[in-house]
Amino acid sequence: MAEAAIELIGINKSFGAVRANRDINLEIAPGTIHGIIGENGAGKSTLMSILYGFYQADSGEIRVGGKPTAIRTPNDAIAVGIGMVHQHFMLVENFSVLENIILGAEGEALLNTSISKARSELRRLEREYGLEVDPDAVIEELPVGLQQRVEILKALYRGAEILILDEPTGVLTPAEADHLFRILQQLKEQGKTVVLITHKLREIMAITDTVSVMRQGTMVATRKTNETTVEELAELMVGRRVLLRVEKGEAQPGGVKLSVKNLTVKDSRGVTMVDNVSFDVRAGEIVGIAGVAGNGQSELIEAIAGTRRAVSGTVTLDGQPIDVTGIADPGELRDRGLAHVPEDRHHVGLVLAFEENENSILGYHDKPEYLNGPFLNIEAIRNDAREKIQKYDIRPNDCRLKTANFSGGNQQKIVLAREIEQDPGVLIVGQPTRGVDVGAIEFIHKRLIAMRDQGKAVLLISVELDEIRSLSDCILVMFAGRVVGERGPDAGEGELGLLMAGVESKEAAE
Amino acid sequence: MSTPYAKLPRWADYGLIPIINLAVAFFVAGLVVMLVGENPLRAAEILVQGAFGNGQNIAYTLFYATNFIFTGLAVAVAFHCGLFNIGGEGQAYIAGLGVALVCLAFDSVLPWWATFPLAILASAAVGALWALIPAYLLAKRGSHIVITTIMFNFIAASAMVYLLVDVLKPAGSMAPQTRDFLPGAQLPKLGWLLEMFGMTVRSAPLNISFLLALVMAFLVWVLIWRTKLGYEMRTYGFSPKAARYAGISEARIIIITMMVSGALAGMMALNPIMGDQHRVQLDFVTGAGFVGIAVALMGRSHPAGIVPAAILFGVLYQGGAELAFDMPAISRDMIVIIQGLVILFAGALEHMFRPAIQTLFASVSPGSVGVTVVKGEGA
Amino acid sequence: MELIDVLVQLVGATIRVSVPLLLACLAGLFSERAGIFDIGLEGKMLAGAFAGASAAAVTGSAWIGLAAAILTAVCFGLVHGFASITHRGNQIVSGVAINFIAAGSTIILGQAWFQQGGRTPSLSGDARFQAITLPGADAVHDVPVIGPIYAEVISGHSLLVYVAFLMVPFTWWVLFRTRFGLRLRAVGENPAAVDTAGISVTWLRYRAVLCTGVLTGIAGAYLSVAQNAGFVKDMTAGKGFIALAALIFAKWKPVPAMFACLLFGFLEAASIRFQGMPWPFIGKVPVQLMQALPYILTVILLAGFIGKAIPPRAGGVPYVKER
Repeated sequence: MAEAAIELIGINKSFGAVRANRDINLEIAPGTIHGIIGENGAGKSTLMSILYGFYQADSGEIRVGGKPTAIRTPNDAIAVGIGMVHQHFMLVENFSVLENIILGAEGEALLNTSISKARSELRRLEREYGLEVDPDAVIEELPVGLQQRVEILKALYRGAEILILDEPTGVLTPAEADHLFRILQQLKEQGKTVVLITHKLREIMAITDTVSVMRQGTMVATRKTNETTVEELAELMVGRRVLLRVEKGEAQPGGVKLSVKNLTVKDSRGVTMVDNVSFDVRAGEIVGIAGVAGNGQSELIEAIAGTRRAVSGTVTLDGQPIDVTGIADPGELRDRGLAHVPEDRHHVGLVLAFEENENSILGYHDKPEYLNGPFLNIEAIRNDAREKIQKYDIRPNDCRLKTANFSGGNQQKIVLAREIEQDPGVLIVGQPTRGVDVGAIEFIHKRLIAMRDQGKAVLLISVELDEIRSLSDCILVMFAGRVVGERGPDAGEGELGLLMAGVESKEAAE
Repeated sequence: MSTPYAKLPRWADYGLIPIINLAVAFFVAGLVVMLVGENPLRAAEILVQGAFGNGQNIAYTLFYATNFIFTGLAVAVAFHCGLFNIGGEGQAYIAGLGVALVCLAFDSVLPWWATFPLAILASAAVGALWALIPAYLLAKRGSHIVITTIMFNFIAASAMVYLLVDVLKPAGSMAPQTRDFLPGAQLPKLGWLLEMFGMTVRSAPLNISFLLALVMAFLVWVLIWRTKLGYEMRTYGFSPKAARYAGISEARIIIITMMVSGALAGMMALNPIMGDQHRVQLDFVTGAGFVGIAVALMGRSHPAGIVPAAILFGVLYQGGAELAFDMPAISRDMIVIIQGLVILFAGALEHMFRPAIQTLFASVSPGSVGVTVVKGEGA
Repeated sequence: MELIDVLVQLVGATIRVSVPLLLACLAGLFSERAGIFDIGLEGKMLAGAFAGASAAAVTGSAWIGLAAAILTAVCFGLVHGFASITHRGNQIVSGVAINFIAAGSTIILGQAWFQQGGRTPSLSGDARFQAITLPGADAVHDVPVIGPIYAEVISGHSLLVYVAFLMVPFTWWVLFRTRFGLRLRAVGENPAAVDTAGISVTWLRYRAVLCTGVLTGIAGAYLSVAQNAGFVKDMTAGKGFIALAALIFAKWKPVPAMFACLLFGFLEAASIRFQGMPWPFIGKVPVQLMQALPYILTVILLAGFIGKAIPPRAGGVPYVKER
């Protein structure tokens, strides 16, 4: 067997207390397409950034073509023939295609010759791999698929023999993705090695020769693609996590509290993130939305909660419309009994520089009980905060402490206490246990169940499938902005995993 | 970038680091003094003597400090909302117009205690309006507030020159200034306050706007930390996303904050106009609007820090004037250098010494400081 | 006086007044194109003017003056770089600081070294860049129309005037025809793209700041060693800010920058030339309005009422490698 194109031995990388990669071993055969699959946060991108010299491993060895190689900067990686197509394109948007391609590989101090050289080289690459693109087009005027092609050309222009693609289809339409796969096949036939990072099982099955699965910073398995199944990979990816099952009784759903009809949301670039989504949440039930991160769940709850403007559709709260396409005011929605625990507690749900008690009124700071006319009623605010600290067992027990000094779990409890104690009719919760320690997870889950049992409507978004399964009375699966399936609370993990990965099945068709 | 940062105790964060930054600024200023061939320690001595040596000196020091309290508060209020109001100079200058109109209209009919409140309102209103335009352009059209407020400084300067030369100047006068105000627009001096302690103050212009400045410092503290509006300003200043989540209107909070800031800068005009010169003349602001930036940075945007910082700059102004007598090589422009150095070290290079100090703390008492992960964000 | 003479004088004055604006504007262009906001142009120019005049006065050589001006402005530029690139400080705050340090130290040092109330000794002869008479200027002087234009508008300026205007095509060429320019523009738009292409963002931005220093140094030297015969305190008088306004007006492009500076220069020259004179149709225009016009126009531009000035996308933001 030929020498491995790339061999990673014992790679470790930590960011502060977070161990992003633990003791990773990986071997990639030359001339193959090697898939690396795993959930978000499994450490795939970190590993590839180490390979590309963007980060330094804390320990471990990289061998390229059998030779131990020190890769300290992207330059070192480029020099040994490694090219990378980043998830977020590293392109200068108001530059032409040619300018982007030569950036950093100009050769000479004057551009004239390097541009004409690049032009002819581009023509060759175009012929060889079917990578057509107008060299003089300006990047921001190109569709996303072509922008990605420019990224691939950039790598090839630098003589890449090994091409790493990080979540390349995240921004592509299915047709563009198919085109990309044909290009990757062609690259393989020309003897290039391709590393494909993705969380989509369909892509792995469609195109790779070998697949490695990562989970929570470790490499859990490597399989020949034609010797494995989607089910096996899904299980490896998600793992058998020990989850504290929450005791809960039968749900007793009442009337519809929150109703979403044909909601469509676009992001700032105009890409459709939520595509014609409809569902209802009743009093006394938890509706969970499962899905791999980036499939529109975030935009969905932001639109409902009034922090992001929707393009079209209607949302009603207790039968009254919310102006989601206009100026929905989160403050007004709170008055109407809609509470929102946002996904990003560091930048949205909390002001980390505030004292704990100041955060415990964020969004409710205009409630009369916290005010004396235009003044804050400091006494009332602090007493209220102390009560919540007791009730939610927030530690340390100090309402004057800066919020940044609380642990993730306690920060999340601050947000939950604030939102739940206002006694809302509807609670929207995004990633309630992300970055939260095990003890707090159980506490938070019990609180959410208690909300349900009090007859509140709860809409839960989480990328943790187990969390969705153990809490929800009704599970919706989102993929590419659409609700692709609705399941009961006893739906199997594998079945949901397939839906989340965008694998069509008969029942999955909406 | 995965160096673990030790978390510093509060006193180091709010006391030690600012003092180190300040010390470095003064050390470099000392080097400049040496460069012009004088002894920096002797200079410092004369400076302090000149600022505090006798009642008159103290009164002058506090007179200058009054200006800087107003402008420092103006900059600080905007900072709390994440805005950089570099236009205090222009807001104060144009507010002189408001003061002038009130004084010219009422000085012959009203006593000072009736004119003063009207003048306060007029100066605040004009300053606020001058800040309103850049604020509106930021809130509604996304114009960069730093650039627009700089431009408005120049526009204010041109407008005031025009008004003083062509409009407000009394007929038959050559000097570009208004007529002298009658006693109805002259603020009482505060000299008696110092004379109670047995000091002689003579004609120093310290006047009751100093007390107004202290009241404003207190009110700013109340506004920022004790009112709903201040809460909203701070929320927006720390995290516009959290503000949006909390239902705070971005346009409203920007516009209100800038108007408050402009009003505070505007009130600075009262001190030299009604308290000292008793007329409006060219360039009466003399850079106080910019000193406000240094004062706010040094005082960490807290009134309890701003008042001492303003007094320190008052010392530099008054002591610097005395220094120029004794050391001809050093004029009052030395203050401008110190001001720049303070802005550089307490502002732009604020965090230069932090990693070293954190390492020091971590090595001295590793148990006492928690080690947290810092990911390029100064929480 | 004949109309043509008035016009020729006005255009000549416009050119002379525009030169420091143009040099400072191009200086700002290098920095801001690389993503470093620079409101310290004023201070660097002032420091350059002082150093230039001082060195020229002491050595008697305008060239040494120019070199000193450049060196000083570069040092100030490096301070800005140290604060905003190395320590990722606030670029606005750093710029403000530089303006003050320059304003204060030029006066203090000037007084200490020369004892003339902040002035430097008057320069003459070789200590100053003299007007250059282009070949044939005297000969054609009496030819109607063309003669005065050649002799007064094109000929008869100091060397630095020609340098300033030659800098316009040169800057364009550097920016759009060289590897350095390509990278410079890229780092102001998307530093991550530059970083992943294996180029050091820090070193690139430092080089941009160096270019800014050199050009503000020349601008300062022009003020004190060419246009005037020495340094006077605060002699930049807001020119750095007008240059900043011109840069925004020109949307960060070299050739429009020249026209913006000529426009603002013309406003200044005209306001001096026609002070107190009534304008056709409008009547008497206050000279202060003319002086404020560059600022007013810039505000209107920034408000998006005449076109849209979109600054380099990464401007003002320190580069932090993302996780």
